[in-house]
Order: sequence, then C-alpha cells, then structure tokens
Amino acid sequence: MSGGVDSSVAAALLVRQGHEVIGLSMQLYDQARSGNPGDPGTRAFGTCCTIDDLHDARRVAATLGIPHYIVNFEREFNDTVISNFVSEYAAGRTPIPCVHCNGDLKFATLVSRAEGLGADFVATGHYARVDLDSDSGTYALKRGADPAKDQSYFLFTLNQLQLSHAMFPVGDLDKSTVRDYAREIGLSVAEKPDSHEICFVASGEHTAFLEEHGTPSTAGAIRDVTGKVVGRHEGVHRFTVGQRKGLGLSSPIPLYVVNIDAGQRTVTVGPRASLERIDLTASGVNWILGHAPAPGTRVTARIRHQHREASASVEPLPDERVRVTFDEPQSAVAPGQAVVMYDGERVVGGGWIE
Amino acid sequence: MGMIAVMRIYFDHNATTPVDPTVVEAIARALSGTFGNASSVHHFGQQAKAVLDDARSAVASLISAEPSEIVFTSGGTESDNFALRGVAEALEPTGRRHLIASSIEHEAVLVTLRALARRGWRTTLLSVDQSGIVKPEALAEALTDETAIVSVMHANNEIGTIQPIAELARLAHGRGALFHTDAVQSIGKIPVDVRALGLDLLSLSAHKFNGPKGVGALWIKRGARVTSVMTGGKHERNRRAGTENVPGIAGLGVAAQLAAKKLSSESVRLAALRNRLEAEILQKVPGTAVNGVREPRVPNTTNISFDAIEAESLLIALDLEGVAVSTGSACSSGTLEPSHVLRAMGLPSPRTQNSIRMSLGAGNTDAEVDFVVSKLPAIVEKLRSLTGTRVRA
Repeated sequence: MSGGVDSSVAAALLVRQGHEVIGLSMQLYDQARSGNPGDPGTRAFGTCCTIDDLHDARRVAATLGIPHYIVNFEREFNDTVISNFVSEYAAGRTPIPCVHCNGDLKFATLVSRAEGLGADFVATGHYARVDLDSDSGTYALKRGADPAKDQSYFLFTLNQLQLSHAMFPVGDLDKSTVRDYAREIGLSVAEKPDSHEICFVASGEHTAFLEEHGTPSTAGAIRDVTGKVVGRHEGVHRFTVGQRKGLGLSSPIPLYVVNIDAGQRTVTVGPRASLERIDLTASGVNWILGHAPAPGTRVTARIRHQHREASASVEPLPDERVRVTFDEPQSAVAPGQAVVMYDGERVVGGGWIE
Repeated sequence: MGMIAVMRIYFDHNATTPVDPTVVEAIARALSGTFGNASSVHHFGQQAKAVLDDARSAVASLISAEPSEIVFTSGGTESDNFALRGVAEALEPTGRRHLIASSIEHEAVLVTLRALARRGWRTTLLSVDQSGIVKPEALAEALTDETAIVSVMHANNEIGTIQPIAELARLAHGRGALFHTDAVQSIGKIPVDVRALGLDLLSLSAHKFNGPKGVGALWIKRGARVTSVMTGGKHERNRRAGTENVPGIAGLGVAAQLAAKKLSSESVRLAALRNRLEAEILQKVPGTAVNGVREPRVPNTTNISFDAIEAESLLIALDLEGVAVSTGSACSSGTLEPSHVLRAMGLPSPRTQNSIRMSLGAGNTDAEVDFVVSKLPAIVEKLRSLTGTRVRA
C-alpha cells in the first residue's frame, strides 16, 4: 500500500471479496534522513514513501478495518534498486528501477515476508492481469484493461512462481472506475494525483541524485556521428539515448543523443534519423511461460513504457538473450531500457536492451 | 495461521500502559467538575489548586520526596529536557560545561545532549558491556571538575536492567556534579526513594504506570540550581510556565497512589510471570538468548533475541496472532531501526535486529503467558524456514 489510490482500491476490493487482507507499506528510502536540515550536505529526493504517503496508507487501512504494517526494506532497496540505478547510468545506460523494484522486491522479498505471515498472495495496485490457464497449469501475465494505465511493461521479469502468488485487483478496471470506487467508499485518497516519476528521485533531479550517490562528474567529449568533437559534457550520467534537451550545442538542425560510450566518456549526437534502428538485442530475458518461443514468432514489442508498440519478429538467442527485428525502424532504442514483447493481450517476455 | 486475531494480549507495557479505571474517573471528574485555572484566587481556582495539591502529595509520597520539589510537566521527555538543559544553563556561568550520560539512555536524553554538544557543551557517553549495566569505574573515569550533571536512567526501557544509581550519584557528588535519573521505567515497578538513592533530579511519566499520556513530573531536590526551560507565567513555583493540565495531573496523582499501594504485590506477581515466560521461550524455541543480565532487572521486562529472524517479521506475525510486543525503538514513520541500546552493549549486529522486548503489566495473566509460549515456536520456525529464501528460483 503506497498510499496512492490504486493500491488503496486494490485492498478495498479484496476486502469486499471476502479475503483476509494485511496491509503492508514498504519503507524504501529514508526521506527524512536524506533531507534532514540538521545534516548539511544532504537533500531530499523523490516523491514516494514520504511520511504523508504512509499516513495516507494507514488511514486507508483503518477505514477498511485491516491491520497495517510498515516494513523496512531500505537495505534491500538500496542493494537491488538504487545501486543498479546508479551503476547503469554510470555505464551509459538508462535504467528502469521500477522493474527491479517489482521483480526483486515486491514479488521476491515482500512475497517471502508475506508468506512468513501466513499470506497466500501479494496483491498490488498494478494495472495488469494474471490468468491461470487451467489446461496447461501456467500463468499468463496480461495487460491491464485500461490501455492508458497498463503497467505490464514493468512486470516482465515475473516468473511462474511469482505470478502464482500475485494478484492485481485493479487490473480489470480503468482508472476512472478506480477513482469512482474510492470516492464511493469514502477513501481519503480518492482524489490523490497519480505519481509519474521514479519514486525516489523527482524529475530533473536525477543528476544531483547520482552525484550524491558517488557518480563522479567526469567530463568528456560530445562528438557528432562522424566523430568530430562538437562540445564537452560534465559526465555521461547526465544523458539518455534519444535526449534532445540540455546538450548545450547550437546547431541548425535538432540534435539527439544517439550513443553513450561510458568507457571513452563520449556522447555521440546526431540528427533524428540517426536514432533509428531496425533491430536490437536484449539480455537477461524472462519468458513468462518459462521457455522461449519459436524463432520467427511474431510479436508487438515495446522499447520503453510510453513507446507505441511496433510489430516485430523474435529470434531467441543462447544465454537468455533475444534479437528483436522490427518491421519498421524504431527511434531511440536506449540501452538499459526494457524490450517487452506481447502477443495480443499477453506478455510473451522481456529483456534488457543491450 | 489465522490472520484476524480473536483475543488481544498486551505485552508492551514499557511503551505505555492501559489507564486504570480509577484514574479515568479522576480525570473525568477534573475535566467536568474542576475547570478552574489553578492560578486564580477565587473558588474555581482553589478547586483546581486542590486537585494539583493532592496530586503533588501523591507523587512526592511515591518517591519519598517533598511536595514542593515536584514540578508537573508534559511527560518524561519534557522532564529529561528540563533537567539537562535547565542544569546546563544554570551552571554555565560556573564554568561547568561538561555533561555525562550513559550510552543506553532514552533518546530524550541522548538527543538533548547532542543538541547541547552542538552549542558548545562537552559531552561524554558512558559505554556499557553486554550486561547492560553502567560500570561505576567508567563514570569515575569520565568525571571532571567541569562536569555539571550526570544523567543515568534508573531502569533501561529495552532490557529492564537496573543501574547502580546510588553509587553513581555518590561518585558524581564527589566531583561536585549534580545527578539526574530518568526513572520513567522504574516508577511503579520497583521502589524509588530519591533520598536513599542520593539524587538531585528525577524524571517520571504518568502513562508508564497506568496514568494518562501527556503528563509527568520532574523532581528537583530543594536547593538544586535549575533554570526554567518553559518560560512565561509564574506557574509551578516559577519553574515551569503554562497553565497546569489539571485533568492530566489529577490522573497522575491517582496513578501514583495506586502504584504505591500495589507496588510490592504486583512486582512479585509480574516477576513470576515474566520468569516463566522467559524460561519457557528459552526452552521451547531453539536459538534464543536473553539480552542483558537477568538481575538486577525490573520485574516485568524481558528482551530476547531469536537467531535467524527479523524482529520486524516476528513482531508483525505475533500481532496477527493478537500478541503485542515491541522491538528496538520506532522511528518517525513507524518502521524499526536496530536498537541503539543493544548496539551500545556491543551485541553483534544480527542480535540488534532480531530481538523482541516483552513487557508485562497489570492485567496480564498466566493464561496469556501460556498462549504466547504455545504460539511462538511455530511462528519462529515458519519465519526461519523463509529466511534468506527468495521466491525467485
């Protein structure tokens, strides 16, 4: 229970369905400590897991009449999510911490914790669905019913065992129905705005966050696609493939980051057309059914959360890798982001773009 | 394991205690019948003043003090702040700018010392060993001719150990320093006699002995130099400004009377309950150990570590079975941090995070101890079977 409307309604729906529900909120990041005015040199980042969010989660649990606990996962969050976030940026990639948080915390540490309390499932407020195919005995991960809110992209690492313990009570609803229901049952968070940013670092703050967490501001060259030096930068962690703003270059045509070479500390920029790729490879692939599909399987693939899915063919490779070949070139394929492959409503699998 | 507890067992009396029905009556009577301002000269003021006087006598009598030495406060934290900041400021002109406390004090003392340290006072924290008892030799070594005050708690809130207060106070006085004790956890559990202990200041809090929250007292030995921290009107003999919380103080007074009356019988009863609880847990749950020495200890408290367990999980699992216990100290958001007390005792880091405090009180029964002892082994076994195991294959 994050204190937001989705997980609050998820809990409410489970209570209404007659489940025995325990509310858990994860303390992931000590906002108070990081922003303590008494400790000079520290500052607060992010928007989630604040004292106010925990207050909201407690009030919802009290309204629903369920027990509520805050579990401290600061250490696990730091080890699995923050450290990966920092090292990925340092390596010139663009990480998605939410995927690690879901796969390595909520549906790993939290599931294990919940099991210790005698719970059979972990339910979250994600807009996604899990279906058991009773013939094959396998679980399918499907898109949330609300296409504008679908969060299946962030859940692609879940394996069959994790899916068997997962419930997504709002996955069948659209957001407005969720808010209507929250209003109807008088939840105090019914009008709370959606969160859009990475929970532990607010938009525009990530450079400062990374530097606070030990990323050095090592300067390097900005080159164009021919290799000519066109400018300087203050560290590769400030850039993302596809980025246009903040390059500090003057050019008659808009320039985009097309490549980041952390080893050489080089950022390469080019016109929009140079961002286009017809294929990509990804590693650390998870196939939802536990095995790779046949080579040539047709999918629609998404290369970032807000990407419009594109038709593609899949070629599974050894060592949990995959090659995805698009029918049409795709712009801004950013290493570190995930490619998630769909067959209609179902998630086929996903991996980390190389 | 059922998730909705049918019966509730409260083993967390060191956090707070239920308010005795007699105390509730006294508070209600003062709230509805004695609304006057105790500083007023007229009838209504006199009625309120009479309530304060009764309470002052009851509190004084509980600790063998004089009524005029009792200053009512908002609770233990204010009393600790008052004692340390008040003495630090009063003795500042004398050049005594050194403050000593033990490393296992409550945050009300530790954080106040830290605040004074930032403003130029020198501070020393006395370390303790795994016994959880402050060694007089450590104090003797730390004392200087600049020491203004020594503050060592009477009984520790987390492990219950009783500190050698009389001896420590004697050492402090030998170097001309004042001695304060935070007696929040000992009042109502063991006899407290300020003169026999040789103290100068003592903090107490009503809600730890079946009184209401938000009220306590600081005992200041007659003649001790303490500057007011809460400044304003001439309330409390010009020592603590602010209109007195008459209903709360009425409750404190009655709670003090009840504590004095029940002290000897309750302490024997609770010690027997606690000892059985402790012995049966140690016997039935493998990988358990008591933190701190077992004697001298307040009769109601035990602090036990469980190997390969996260205290947080054990606490939640017990609560879902209806059993309220506690661990470490809670931070602002309500999550758990490793106990600073167990850390100060030099316990290895797993033990500072796998320990549970159970603190008994009025109303706890043999049947409740039986229930907890019957539930614990299975809960611990289940949690241990999951330790370190992740669902991800």
